[in-house]
Amino acid sequence: MASESMSQHGDHAHPETHAHHDTGSIKVFGFWVYLMSDLVIFGSLFATYAVLLRGTAGGPSGADIFDLPLILAGTFLLLISSFTYGMAVLAMTAEKVKQLSAWLIVTFLLGAGFIALEIYEFQHLIHEGYGPDRSAFLSAFFTLVGTHGLHVFFGLIWILVVLVQLKTKGLNDMTRPRILCLSLFWHFLDIVWICVFSFVYLMGVL
Amino acid sequence: MFGKLSLDAIPTHDPIIMIVAVVMGIGAIALLGAITYYRKWGWLWSEWFTTVDHKKLGIMYFIVALVMLIRGFSDAIMMRIQQAMSVAGAEGYLPPDHFDQIFTAHGVIMIFFVAMPMVIGLMNLVVPLQIGARDVAYPFLNNLSFWLFVAGAALVNVSLVIGEFATTGWLAYAPLSGIEYSPGVGVDYWIWALQISGIGTTLTGINFFVTILKMRAPGMTLFRMPIFTWTSLCSNVLIIASFPILTATVALLTLDRYMGMHFFTNDFGGNMMMYVNLIWAWGHPEVYILILPAFGVFSEVVATFSRKRLFGYKTMVWATVCITLLSFIVWLHHFFTMGAGANVNAFFGIMTMIIAIPTGVKVFNWLFTMYRGSLEMSTPMLWTIGFIITFTIGGMTGVMLAVPAANFVLHNSLFVIAHFHNVIIGGVLFGMLAGLIYWFPKAFGFKLDEKWGKRSFWFWLIGFYVAFMPLYVLSFHGAVRRMQSYGPEEWQIWFIVALVGALLIMAGIVCTAIQLYVSIKNRHHPAYVDVSGDPWDGRTLEWSVASPAPHYNFAHLPQIGQIDDFWEMKRQGRVTVNEGPYEPIHMPRNTAAGPIISLFSVVVGFGLVWHIWWLAIVGALGCLVSFLARVFNDDIDYYVPAEEVERTERAHQQRLEEYRKWLEAHPEENPNAQVRMEG
Repeated sequence: MASESMSQHGDHAHPETHAHHDTGSIKVFGFWVYLMSDLVIFGSLFATYAVLLRGTAGGPSGADIFDLPLILAGTFLLLISSFTYGMAVLAMTAEKVKQLSAWLIVTFLLGAGFIALEIYEFQHLIHEGYGPDRSAFLSAFFTLVGTHGLHVFFGLIWILVVLVQLKTKGLNDMTRPRILCLSLFWHFLDIVWICVFSFVYLMGVL
Repeated sequence: MFGKLSLDAIPTHDPIIMIVAVVMGIGAIALLGAITYYRKWGWLWSEWFTTVDHKKLGIMYFIVALVMLIRGFSDAIMMRIQQAMSVAGAEGYLPPDHFDQIFTAHGVIMIFFVAMPMVIGLMNLVVPLQIGARDVAYPFLNNLSFWLFVAGAALVNVSLVIGEFATTGWLAYAPLSGIEYSPGVGVDYWIWALQISGIGTTLTGINFFVTILKMRAPGMTLFRMPIFTWTSLCSNVLIIASFPILTATVALLTLDRYMGMHFFTNDFGGNMMMYVNLIWAWGHPEVYILILPAFGVFSEVVATFSRKRLFGYKTMVWATVCITLLSFIVWLHHFFTMGAGANVNAFFGIMTMIIAIPTGVKVFNWLFTMYRGSLEMSTPMLWTIGFIITFTIGGMTGVMLAVPAANFVLHNSLFVIAHFHNVIIGGVLFGMLAGLIYWFPKAFGFKLDEKWGKRSFWFWLIGFYVAFMPLYVLSFHGAVRRMQSYGPEEWQIWFIVALVGALLIMAGIVCTAIQLYVSIKNRHHPAYVDVSGDPWDGRTLEWSVASPAPHYNFAHLPQIGQIDDFWEMKRQGRVTVNEGPYEPIHMPRNTAAGPIISLFSVVVGFGLVWHIWWLAIVGALGCLVSFLARVFNDDIDYYVPAEEVERTERAHQQRLEEYRKWLEAHPEENPNAQVRMEG
């Protein structure tokens, strides 16, 4: 079938002429749709958490174990990282690659700080004997918060990839939509975290 | 070193499995040997495995689906033989554990690895052509989706020989599927096969949703889209909204099994009823993911072979949209007996009955399309009429099940089995077979044999009724589902009748195989070959290009002015030979990333099933590295030179011209193809 025409000759299209396929707007739109499907995963986990909230099985409830000042510190790290990512996107629109990279590095450090605090929190809880296998409530707690943490972790890897690509390829029609998609991803995780903070931690303690 | 895996994992004690394994092994070696002997590996790799062409991916989906259909159908025949034997103390030939694996595998395979790939394969083949696009929005992801689906299917097949499959039923209800009651690897195979192929399905959903919304030809507004595209759009919305629930649910079950968590356990505060809720919050939309595209196929077929515009296009669209929305608020009817209370049951019962209304609208639309049309009783049309009757019966038994009071009696009985086969075979499968025959010429450039197609249809239709009507009867006698053996001797005759029905269906499958063989053998014969690209006198854009379509689909993007634009152009004699000038066309390059990432995902899955952690880590790193390699590759597209486009188009035009002259010289040879060369 059409084997001759499928042979891959012809010129390789240059990045600035990526017409029709994978154009930036289609990429960003598709990424939006992906985020909405990801939101359904978080929705399922929130619902699960709500159902299992009282399933403490004689173990601790949220009020017993949540260390609010620590969580607040992590929350601020993540919120500020959203701001710094916003600055990165502004630098991108101004075509300032160095500034863009610098803001991305700051974002990375803030995100890494958030992850470090979360790992500390988890490790501390497990050490106390309140691991995810202690009760259904703790299973749901670790899974919901951990899934968010895992997303942030992948976001960090993604930032590194973007930094390398900025170094090797600079800003072009391939890297630009990726930075925009990552921006959506990062802010999205921030919004999810605000829900986690309010529904899990605040309502757990109050 | 090898986790739970040892030589004991190979079920040498079970002669049935070993014979199947040997036969499959011989078949695989013969196939691989033949490919090597004919030196086709390079061609397969560069033209097919790495392709980003949606049409070729569609064909590959169908090939894998048909292979898996044979596997799933073998399971069905085995169950039917078992139940025809195992009466009044007789044990039959399948021990309970093996029987349980078979009914689980049958359900999983038929839904995830037969029905889903057929639906997605057909979308691949048809949707971009119907909307006048040259490709999908994300060609690489499309290839990756296909291979992730193959990876899932591979894990299910591996479980046959190494280890075991789940014995829990196709939805693996907790806590039965928890580690306490299913300590073996069967449920783990189920988990990873579904997770890996499920990621592929979600990506497909996003891909086609964006394709349909963003890549339509100029002038094709939403309400000028063909119905198949509309139903595909709604089906993809359902995939995007529901598959993440499946992913989350199966992930929670995984955490229970692997990390000792307590989501669905019956101690430590777990809630097993939450599992049933979550799995059906995905599961019910899933059945509409399957049936909506089938509705789309019937709409295309019925309009084409009635030579009339579809009756009530707008009501058809709105009915589809209503079903899409309603499908999310009926899931509880799968477990009325769980004890949600009378008010909750009443709500979901009423919602379920309401969903029959838009479906009824569709049935009347198809009937009125046929009314006073000039009908041509081709094979796709037969499948359509068979569907309307069968699906209506299945729909009515569905409404019976939707009555909570009746449901308390019928729940878990063979009535449920008969009902959903009534709608899935009579709806999804008939639809996919109709679509296969209808669009086959577009994919391959020749038509399928009508005589064997009709034989296949009659065997399937009669076989279906003979196989499943006895189950309704049995259910009223109290027969429940998933019985390895049973007591009452008077039931046996009905099970034997059902076995006869299954054998008739087998004859239908054999007819389809013969149909393929005969058609491929005669593919150059005038009665089979499709020179015009429009063998059925079609209405939508896919029939305006050559068969098989050039890999870039359209040399010039069409301008759309109305519904069924191509049909109207033919009627007004406005179909013109495309004279050019031709321009270079921008196309994506083939990529090896999809198959390689998926191969590593099988390694991850296998490692996790057997708790071989180092293997899982190696596989995961392999996935990550091969994905990054793709991300860092800029050479992902190219231009088809204008000369090549011109050469391809001119060759098609020349064939058309020769064919027209040949037909004028041999009018008696004129097949039912209606070549139109006006203008």
